[in-house]
Amino acid sequence: MKAARRSSERAGNLVVHALLIVFAVLAIAPILLIVVNSFKTTPAIFEHPFALPTADTFSAAGYERVFQRGHFVDNYRNSLVVTVGSTVATLVLATLAAFALTEYKVRFAPLVGGFFVAGIMLPIRLGTVPILKTMISWGLMDTLTALVLVYTAMSLPLAVALLMTYFRSVPHDLKEAARIDGAGELRTLSIVLPIVRPGLAAVASVTMLPIWNDLWFPLILAPSQENQTVTLGVQQFVGQFLNDYPALLGALTLGAVPLVVLFVVFSRQFIQGLSQGLGK
Amino acid sequence: MRRAHYRYFLAFTLPALAVYVLFAALPLLNSMYYSLFDTDGDVARFVGLDNYHYLFTNPTTSERFWNALVNNLEFFAIHLLVEVPLGLLLAALLTSGRLRRSTGLYRTLLFIPTTLSVVIVGFIWRLIINPLWGLVDYPLLGTETTALPTISLMSVWQYVGIPMIFLYAALLAVPSDVLEAARVEGAGGWTTFWRIKFPLIAPQFGLIAILTYIWTFNGFDLVFALNGSAPGPNYSTDILGTLFYRTFFGSSGQLADLDLGATVASVIFLIILVITGAYFGLLHRRLKSYEL
Repeated sequence: MKAARRSSERAGNLVVHALLIVFAVLAIAPILLIVVNSFKTTPAIFEHPFALPTADTFSAAGYERVFQRGHFVDNYRNSLVVTVGSTVATLVLATLAAFALTEYKVRFAPLVGGFFVAGIMLPIRLGTVPILKTMISWGLMDTLTALVLVYTAMSLPLAVALLMTYFRSVPHDLKEAARIDGAGELRTLSIVLPIVRPGLAAVASVTMLPIWNDLWFPLILAPSQENQTVTLGVQQFVGQFLNDYPALLGALTLGAVPLVVLFVVFSRQFIQGLSQGLGK
Repeated sequence: MRRAHYRYFLAFTLPALAVYVLFAALPLLNSMYYSLFDTDGDVARFVGLDNYHYLFTNPTTSERFWNALVNNLEFFAIHLLVEVPLGLLLAALLTSGRLRRSTGLYRTLLFIPTTLSVVIVGFIWRLIINPLWGLVDYPLLGTETTALPTISLMSVWQYVGIPMIFLYAALLAVPSDVLEAARVEGAGGWTTFWRIKFPLIAPQFGLIAILTYIWTFNGFDLVFALNGSAPGPNYSTDILGTLFYRTFFGSSGQLADLDLGATVASVIFLIILVITGAYFGLLHRRLKSYEL
């Protein structure tokens, strides 16, 4: 009786693992197929797409052409500047706002808080025409600054909402003790900051991904070659070299790999930020 | 002290508010404002609802609009019918209690496609299903009837991680004493899931559906990356996002028109707003009230 139950339990475990393995393969295999084939010669890509590169079929010529004809070094630098700039700006502004929204019990605080939270679902792209006009009149067209401003605005609602939940859990006594010791408000904020550090990590990781991956705003606000981000760079490169498979696969690998690595490193913070942010 | 509170509150929230209002909230409202004008060079003339009248009565623009709207509904429906059940299945497997340390590994692997750029996902799949490569023989993207479902499924492949994580978090929040009680009563995994876990997380589906709706009606990147700004074949993959882009930015054979672009944006915003408003006004609270 007990043995029968244990073996059915084991069969159940096996089924769950088998299903998850199938889905994990479905999720990863297409990406691996691209990465593996990017290191092969053109004939090998077409004749044996599922084979690993061997001494005969290995070739990095695709990557050489990507670096010759593309502008990937510049693209990476631009993406890095925009993503880091927007994330830092979002963190600083959202920390100040979330601290104030949970700390000072002024009458319109819930209203301002609600205004931020409502923005989580705001389809900001639909405001592109006015954004475009503003950037033109401010002389910010085709600059990375324009992207940083828009992305910061886009990221603030979720960041403020997330950080508010973290600031609410800070013990009141700690802040009072700091104030009794004569700390100003900014100093008090800096004292409680280590407590909300997991929140800052979660915000940073959910903020970065959509910015790095966005195609819409780089296409419209910073399309010139020297301001192209990686996402736009890949899009344009692929459009130009449709028949050069090794170069295409190389460009796609270069676009995909940094993010996958970043996500695998920060996956816990990211998933925490996402599930809490969406649950609002 | 109270007055000091107001001062600090303003000083701390103003920078965030300024950026958020200037580059997110205000542009949305301004879109509606601009949609009431006809701009010629530097001169803007108030024309009331003329732009809307033109959009819906001009044979070309109205045909394109309705076509994009219907396509967008299909794009949304495929996400809702495939992505959400699949996300539920994955979340249920991850929280079945039959995994030990491997949960985190599976969760990370399954979520990896979601972290990629839509552009990269589009091209990865286009290469894989390209008849030139020979893995798939049929021109899925080149045929009018299969192009949009194919693109939608690429998007489902990428984003199934979102409902998965969302439902995973909800399933983890089911109190363990409830599950323990079910186990003591002799309920198996299947019964426990459908009789206990599922009813408890059911309210989440409303929110997932509305987020999917907003997100798919904001769609653009995947279609544009694969098929450009006049997405063929014969506009069969045109959705509202690409229609909007084409209208205000122009494309081959179509002049850029900022006023009409603002008009299209306002119509899309209204489509999103009405359904979202109806959901939060009528349904959301009722769904919430069944929560533990």
